[in-house]
Amino acid sequence: MTAAPAPAGGLRTRPLRGAGAAGASRAGQGRAGWAFATPQAVLIGLFVLIPILMAFWVSLTDWRGRGSPFSGTVGFVGFDNYAAILTEPGLARQDFMTSLRNNAWYVLLVVPLQTAIALGLALVLNSRIRAKGFFRTAFYFPTVTSSVAISLVFIFLFTGGGAVNALLGVFGIDGPNWFSDSRGLLHLAGDGLGLWDSANPPAALTDGGPLGLTWWDWLSGPSIALAALILLVVWTSAGGYMLMFLAALQDVPADVREAAVMDGANRWQRFRAVTLPALRPALFLVTTLGLIGTWQVFDQVYLISQGNPAKTTLTPAYLSYTSAFETGQWGRAAAMSFVLFAIIVVLTTLQRFLMRDKDAAAEKKAARAVARRRTSTTFFHADR
Amino acid sequence: MRSPIRRSAQAAVAVAALSLAAACGGGFDDTAEQQESGSASLTMLIASSGDAETQAVQAQVDAYEQESGNTVEVQVAADLSQELAQGFAGGNPPDVFYLDASRLADQADAGNLFPYVDQVDDVDDFYPNLVDAFTYQDTQYCLPKDFSTLALEINDAAWSAAGLTEADYPTTWDQLASVAQRLTTGEQTGLVIGDTRDRVGALMVQAGGWFLNGDGTEATVDTPENLEALQYLQTNLAAGSFAYPSAVDAGWGGEAFGTGKAAMTIEGNWLVGAMEADYPDVGYTVVPLPEGPDGPGTLSFTNCLAVAADSDAQDAAVDLATYLTGADAMTALTQDTGVLPSRQSLADAYLEQFPERQAYVDGAEYAQGPVNAPGAEQVLLDFDSQLGGLATGDPEAVLQSTQTNLEPLVGG
Repeated sequence: MTAAPAPAGGLRTRPLRGAGAAGASRAGQGRAGWAFATPQAVLIGLFVLIPILMAFWVSLTDWRGRGSPFSGTVGFVGFDNYAAILTEPGLARQDFMTSLRNNAWYVLLVVPLQTAIALGLALVLNSRIRAKGFFRTAFYFPTVTSSVAISLVFIFLFTGGGAVNALLGVFGIDGPNWFSDSRGLLHLAGDGLGLWDSANPPAALTDGGPLGLTWWDWLSGPSIALAALILLVVWTSAGGYMLMFLAALQDVPADVREAAVMDGANRWQRFRAVTLPALRPALFLVTTLGLIGTWQVFDQVYLISQGNPAKTTLTPAYLSYTSAFETGQWGRAAAMSFVLFAIIVVLTTLQRFLMRDKDAAAEKKAARAVARRRTSTTFFHADR
Repeated sequence: MRSPIRRSAQAAVAVAALSLAAACGGGFDDTAEQQESGSASLTMLIASSGDAETQAVQAQVDAYEQESGNTVEVQVAADLSQELAQGFAGGNPPDVFYLDASRLADQADAGNLFPYVDQVDDVDDFYPNLVDAFTYQDTQYCLPKDFSTLALEINDAAWSAAGLTEADYPTTWDQLASVAQRLTTGEQTGLVIGDTRDRVGALMVQAGGWFLNGDGTEATVDTPENLEALQYLQTNLAAGSFAYPSAVDAGWGGEAFGTGKAAMTIEGNWLVGAMEADYPDVGYTVVPLPEGPDGPGTLSFTNCLAVAADSDAQDAAVDLATYLTGADAMTALTQDTGVLPSRQSLADAYLEQFPERQAYVDGAEYAQGPVNAPGAEQVLLDFDSQLGGLATGDPEAVLQSTQTNLEPLVGG
């Protein structure tokens, strides 16, 4: 956080004033700035900050959804709600951990897939192909269509006798009954490779595991139903992110690309060494937005599967909704959303760290080291 | 660097204070003042299956307005539990609303309901086990407006094609299993049964079991009776003569039944309306559910007209609820909507009009209501999700985990 510098050019032409006057002018500017910012800040405080604080309070109470959560009749229970979903063995924790497992697999597949597909589509559209406008619209279309309409279409596509299975049937594949199949993909893959037998899983995995689920449960992979949801979401959102990549691609400096051509770099080398580094900010934006969006997935679950089959499409956001509105456990539901919030913050920070510009970071570090050395030299000189 | 931070902090505090002032301006704790009876204005939140039902309710409400001088605004909820939750949290709930029996314990436990049944004279006319469904910790909260029960529906064409006659309608579990076996052909499953407690629970009742004991003070999931029911289901699922709707690519039993994928299904009287609308050409017969080792058993589903504890016109609200559950209004409201009247005195007239619904009405005598314990919903959802894997799973483990989860919720 740095103080905004006063517009130096404007000040310099004026006759020099005393230090006090300059300070007063800067304070005046600050006041004016705050005056302009206050309405917005109050709105944000009123509709974002205060509700968040209220929700946090609810997560510390046993409020049952009747009247104000701030009245004297509501009991304060400290971190009991958090304990129920994080540490105490029981159904609440088992459900929450199941939802986290599902969501983790979901994020793990959706974010890389949608980023890669969006980048691929953007690269194609950025090349010299015909009917660019048509394809741009076609790829972007799913993103602007209502998720309700898309979800309904997918329900019909993925029923047991739907179009997807008919298509698979052409290749002699007997498709599953997608949205009601709870078998995990990793379990199935293990079966296929002969690693284990899902009907009779290895005792080493089923005997124990962290946080109320067995290792066997954690490692199930997304169920077939969840995989269908993943396909839906990737198909829907890739177009939107494609547009961000496309915008960034237009900004890749042409001279650098030409220089690379002159240096004899081939297509892959140019992509790897010129295009991709130039796309780093866009890549960061897309993965961050993707990460946040996928951890909060709700509407597709609400519309298509309601957490079924066998809770394999249950997500924290949906579980929080049902806990609050259907079973009236508002405190626990609020606690779930704060845990989810913490997960998103931690993962986004981690991602920021992993994707930081390593050259820039190294330069900064070197500059700091130089600065330190200089200070110490000054001291040395002063001593002399 | 220090001064901007300090200034930001000051600003943040100022913003927070301002926002708080704005937020609290309206005030959360408006204490409701009781309206005078006779000219009260009421809101009623209902869930409706469609225009026909909404209009039927509106007609009765209009009649009530004429008679009482009160005004009633009927609101049709898209998502009843969500809209109710918003009303309760805001301290401004609808005065009268539909409440499903499975949600009663949660709402009663939270103190949202005003019990009014003790103000009503002719409670005896309602089926006792329906009134019990709206009784929580010895308080009768509200009156059932109608009900539905489960029965066995049989596809006539499939039945005769398998060489079966009326004399073969199953009355025991063994007969059900054997006719299901005979009715199972390549494209057709003998019996399609929903994979939830709301269908499988009937088998548990027939075996003499249930989730709770008689007065709802003890969890009795892990019992030999329930195990017998699940084992019966498991055996037949494994044999292929029973199936869940998802296994035959149907959304529910009625769809499987209507499309001919199922020769029999276990559904409630709502199936009648669905068949008329979607599969009018399918001929079928409704018979009572076969008896299990412990005799006959079915499940009841019912909604009551509940009155909010926070209603600002409680007397008028009770008045409206009793009017709409009165014999005249109930006769009109159960006319076209496919539900059964919850007053015993109306059964004969109703059956004269709809003789084919005999099996559903008969179930009222011994029907089991939903599980009546606060917080049970999540436990039962977990039970449902385990039922999905029953064909290859361990029924005893299903019952044990449900027992463990349900125990802390009852008898407290």
